[in-house]
Amino acid sequence: MSIRKATTHVNQNEGLIFEKSSPGKYAWKLPELDVPEVDPAKALGTAARSDLGNMPEVSEIEIIRHFTRLSTWNYGVDTGLYPLGSCTMKYNPRVNEVASRMEGLAGAHPYQPEKISQGGLLIMKVLSKCLIEITGMDAVTLQPAAGAHGELTGILLIRAYLESKGNPRQKILIPDSAHGTNPATAAIAGYAVENLKSNAAGMVDIPSLIAQTNEDVAALMITNPNTLGVFEREIAKIAEILHAKGALLYMDGANMNALVGKARPGDRGVDVMHMNLHKTFSTPHGGGGPGSGPVVCRQILEPFLPVPVIVSKPNGALAFDYDRPQSIGRVRAFYGNFGMLVRALAYIMANGPDGLRQTTEDAVLNANYIRKKLEGCYELPYATPTMHEVVFSDHLQTKNGIKTGDIAKRLIDYGFHPYTVSFPLIVHGALMIEPTESESKEELDLFIDAMRSIAEECEKDPKLVLEAPHTTRVSRLDEVTAARKPILRWKPQQQPAAAD
Amino acid sequence: MNYPSELKYTKDDEWLKIEGDTGVVGITDYAQNALGDIVFVELPKVGAEITAGKPFGTVESVKAVSELFAPASGTVAAINEELANTPEKVNQDPYGAWMIKIKLKDKGEAGKLMSSADYEKYAAERG
Repeated sequence: MSIRKATTHVNQNEGLIFEKSSPGKYAWKLPELDVPEVDPAKALGTAARSDLGNMPEVSEIEIIRHFTRLSTWNYGVDTGLYPLGSCTMKYNPRVNEVASRMEGLAGAHPYQPEKISQGGLLIMKVLSKCLIEITGMDAVTLQPAAGAHGELTGILLIRAYLESKGNPRQKILIPDSAHGTNPATAAIAGYAVENLKSNAAGMVDIPSLIAQTNEDVAALMITNPNTLGVFEREIAKIAEILHAKGALLYMDGANMNALVGKARPGDRGVDVMHMNLHKTFSTPHGGGGPGSGPVVCRQILEPFLPVPVIVSKPNGALAFDYDRPQSIGRVRAFYGNFGMLVRALAYIMANGPDGLRQTTEDAVLNANYIRKKLEGCYELPYATPTMHEVVFSDHLQTKNGIKTGDIAKRLIDYGFHPYTVSFPLIVHGALMIEPTESESKEELDLFIDAMRSIAEECEKDPKLVLEAPHTTRVSRLDEVTAARKPILRWKPQQQPAAAD
Repeated sequence: MNYPSELKYTKDDEWLKIEGDTGVVGITDYAQNALGDIVFVELPKVGAEITAGKPFGTVESVKAVSELFAPASGTVAAINEELANTPEKVNQDPYGAWMIKIKLKDKGEAGKLMSSADYEKYAAERG
């Protein structure tokens, strides 16, 4: 098999900027002092410093080269496929950037009067309507700054609602296929977490749910499609079981990119859910953030939404309403990460309803294309149909001593970012792959070629895989020592060669 | 894999050793192998009440953080402080690297746990 993907990396050795330091070098020149000189010791007392400590002393070109070289080591969705399952690393369309950088939006200040903020308010109002329509819910808050923040907001809404009924209840049920943030959210919101087992198809086990749902249960937090990429087809029944005992259904909408334009959680009995604008709605992700995690809910939870909410005044102008006595309060300064709201709306409007629907179809098609092409090379632990992501296991490779982490390292040699390793936890040795709709068939084929080639290497030359990556600056890092005995601060005495 | 016959086992992969009124608790060879290199063990305080089947601590490996489930109910009589600085002992010697000692509430509870033969079968089924 010929590998068409470039396999060499820019391979430069670049030390720390501190190691480049040489006494007396500098990259600045100040104009002559034209005001009376102040004695720092007099002005600052003991806080005055004569020595800046170990600050790097370098010239301008050294700084420029240092950071330019580092920038060439980046791998992002702009350089190639980024198949991290569960993370939805889709392309960030440039039209989003154009919209968010318009002068009136980029320069808007949260304290400017409502009268001259009508454009910004309208963007938030229209985005709110879109998110409500897409999810089939009744109300929304755009404040939460990330997915887990949205989860916490949603669970606090549930707590406030149940408290208003007289009893906040004790615990929250969480399936074993859930995102790890779900149990953390429940615990931070003061609830005990109870684990709910999956059945053989990788879905919530209905008899267990019935047995575990009682008057102590505040809610079930379900991710749909779940982390196996499997659609919880009993979602309406799950909602019924909970509602019959007065409990609510929280849906983690992180995988909403598999449903947009096709199915609405609100039509299936979901009471409250968050979405990740930085996943489903293409705003930047990870280091490119910040995130944004709006929460949509049914009418019964609307009185508890964070303040302020946007309202229309009788004269048609938009305004913030702070007079909401049952509100859980603010969850974020001002009105959330406004720049992300602009980008998400730009994405929704550029695609329109049909475009969004096709986006969903393409994301599911791409995942299933990979599944079909890699089936046989890698074990598929759950045969249930796949939505937007597919989970394999390393079961066929472990007989040669190769684990999912080794395959991921070898994938780097083929010029790809690894998939998600060892998650979800219910699959032993998981390889979790999410291509998103962004990828062309050509890029998917390159990835498939690479994965097939690695499966072959696992049989013929296991050592090649076990010692990968071979083409990077550094190969296997000692992640165990880094976790057990981390060195969190660089000190010159640890680098005698650099101190010379 | 090694599963000493004098120990009792839970389905959550902890072992229990009865020493008079005290139960000594750790995780099995299967568990340490599945978790991979363990980097941190979080244990309860001495004197804490724990309940059979409920979490009493966490174990963190380079792959994941997992809860530790109590094999029996009672009061924590001692914790293995050594694991704070040398969590790798759990990988090296899972049956020597005990985690907590419980003053047992009801010694009969141990009867509900698996024997080493049953646990070995249970571990093998999961691959």
